[in-house]
Amino acid sequence: MKKISISPPVAAVLLAVILFIFSGFLPNSFGTNTQVAISQAVNIIRLSVFLGIIAAGQTLVIISGGEGIDLSAGAVVTLSAILTWTIVLGKDERVLPALVVVLLVGALVGLINGAGIIFLKISPFVMTLGMSGVITGLVIIVNHGNAPGRLAPIMTRVIARPLFLGIPGAIIIYVFFAALMWIILERSTFGKNLFAIGVNRVTAKLSGVNVTRMVLATYALAGALAAFGGFMVVGNTQVVFLNLGAPFLFPSIAAVAVGGTLLSGGKGSYFGSMAGALVLILISSVLTTMQMIDAVRQMVLGATLLIIISIYGRQRGFRQ
Amino acid sequence: MKLPSSSHLSLRYPYFLSAIIFIVVLLVNFYFQRTILEGNTINNNMRVFLPLVLLTAGQAIVVLTGGIDISVGSIVSIVSALLATRVGLDGTVEQTLTWFGIVLLVGIIAGSINGIFIAYLRLQPIITTYATSFFFGGLALFILPQPGGGIPAEVANIYRTSNPLGLHWAFYVIPLLIMTWVFIRQTRYGRYLFAVGGRAQAAYETAVPVSQVIFSTYVVSGFMAAMAGICITLLTGSGNPQIGDPMTLQAITAVVIGGTAMSGGVGGIAGPIMGALTLGVIKNIISFANIDNWWQTFVNAMIIITALAAPGIIGLFRRNRS
Repeated sequence: MKKISISPPVAAVLLAVILFIFSGFLPNSFGTNTQVAISQAVNIIRLSVFLGIIAAGQTLVIISGGEGIDLSAGAVVTLSAILTWTIVLGKDERVLPALVVVLLVGALVGLINGAGIIFLKISPFVMTLGMSGVITGLVIIVNHGNAPGRLAPIMTRVIARPLFLGIPGAIIIYVFFAALMWIILERSTFGKNLFAIGVNRVTAKLSGVNVTRMVLATYALAGALAAFGGFMVVGNTQVVFLNLGAPFLFPSIAAVAVGGTLLSGGKGSYFGSMAGALVLILISSVLTTMQMIDAVRQMVLGATLLIIISIYGRQRGFRQ
Repeated sequence: MKLPSSSHLSLRYPYFLSAIIFIVVLLVNFYFQRTILEGNTINNNMRVFLPLVLLTAGQAIVVLTGGIDISVGSIVSIVSALLATRVGLDGTVEQTLTWFGIVLLVGIIAGSINGIFIAYLRLQPIITTYATSFFFGGLALFILPQPGGGIPAEVANIYRTSNPLGLHWAFYVIPLLIMTWVFIRQTRYGRYLFAVGGRAQAAYETAVPVSQVIFSTYVVSGFMAAMAGICITLLTGSGNPQIGDPMTLQAITAVVIGGTAMSGGVGGIAGPIMGALTLGVIKNIISFANIDNWWQTFVNAMIIITALAAPGIIGLFRRNRS
């Protein structure tokens, strides 16, 4: 029997479209009003940008295999948001230096993660979890819970408002970002080596891939991408607080899994993660529209996630 | 293939490094808190440590077969919520015991749900248990929306104040756990656990019932989570629908400190139990070393990373020397 197979990213996008149309029939939703429907769709895509960007680093780390996972992403998002906040201080000309600083800091955090994992042989799960504690701890020590700062008007204008033909700036940035990720994963030596070490580190090494350098580079890049996520998030929320990044952490992993990337590494795509982020944001937005109490919303979210991954997140059976 | 000596050592004696880490943190704790070795203090400490120890033991079995269970904390929360609402502060002793039985069953059912999805539908463990952790966590909040309620004080006091033969219950429970494990490890089932963790495909090809074994580990984990939930409810005497949330990552950290490889196939119960005790002692150190409130998160994380990095650093030096 031949199985009909749709690639996971396509399945996730289809699912998102179906969910969105379904959500139109809910009470107090857009109904048959196309104008409202379009603006709501744009808004949901805009919201998925932030999760999608944070999931980018997660995608790289997970593809790299070796139980790869980045649990420090949430803390890096908070750190980078607070750094942006305190460096920019409301001046447009300081936005670019701030961006450079947060990217470097994020890369440094990622590099430390990678060093612990590859040189000290600490399991990625615990190394990045510990790193997350260290970063959160440092933020608490330095800021004591309140950071003076202000966003620059240009960040609000570019990230949070419509920029071009009514399309929010965040989405335009997202398109360029996705193209960049595609080039990194599918059209560069780095991407080729990344999939190679994800499938099998020993064979990759024997075929001449410098595994140590690849792991360091992957975690460093993931840190920088998470930091960019933090930069974008603060541009949207326009406030900073200690728990800003944490709620993005596990959804970023879920987005990667929903997008069909194998959590054991070696197989996956960034488009999958983008589609996954869209589905997750859509589900939570639909549940909010339905005005459920928090407890029920959590249960429905869990059940929905379980159904989605049951549809196409299954691993190969032993018998095949 | 010749392994470097430190990883060779940790493969042969997975508990070796965790024992050293545990002794070191215990000594540091002794430096800050001289009363730590007095009977009363030990009993008080063990009472607080026991819930995490139980949770960690269940998690260790799952990790041993190459899985992970991030829903355990929410199972603890369900148990706490159930006991607090169904028994109540003015419940009878019989009622409490009946509900202890029921919540253990709830733990087993919750674990079975995880197990069915992971073992039979072949979903990835981390994402499956992440999804069920939402489901269970929501259920706990549904049963008990805010912290409150509790269990009768007379029952809670058995856990909180009584020390049979001068030792807290934990001193009987933990050896019992380890003895059970030592027995199980020698049985056919015990060997299956290691076989599945080592390489599931190879185990399947040599007629190991892989799906059943994987399923069983999540049931064990759910059961142990319910036990941990009972203990923590006894300890606090009250209900809290989110009490388990921070415990999940602690349990996984304890498993790793205990020398269990996250990829499965190496480890056991004794190491992770020492890992859980280590985490408890680290908390003790932080509170007795008079560390400034602002610094606690940082110091806690640094101690854990340093403890895990120590064997690797020693390994690096050895490699350079030879």
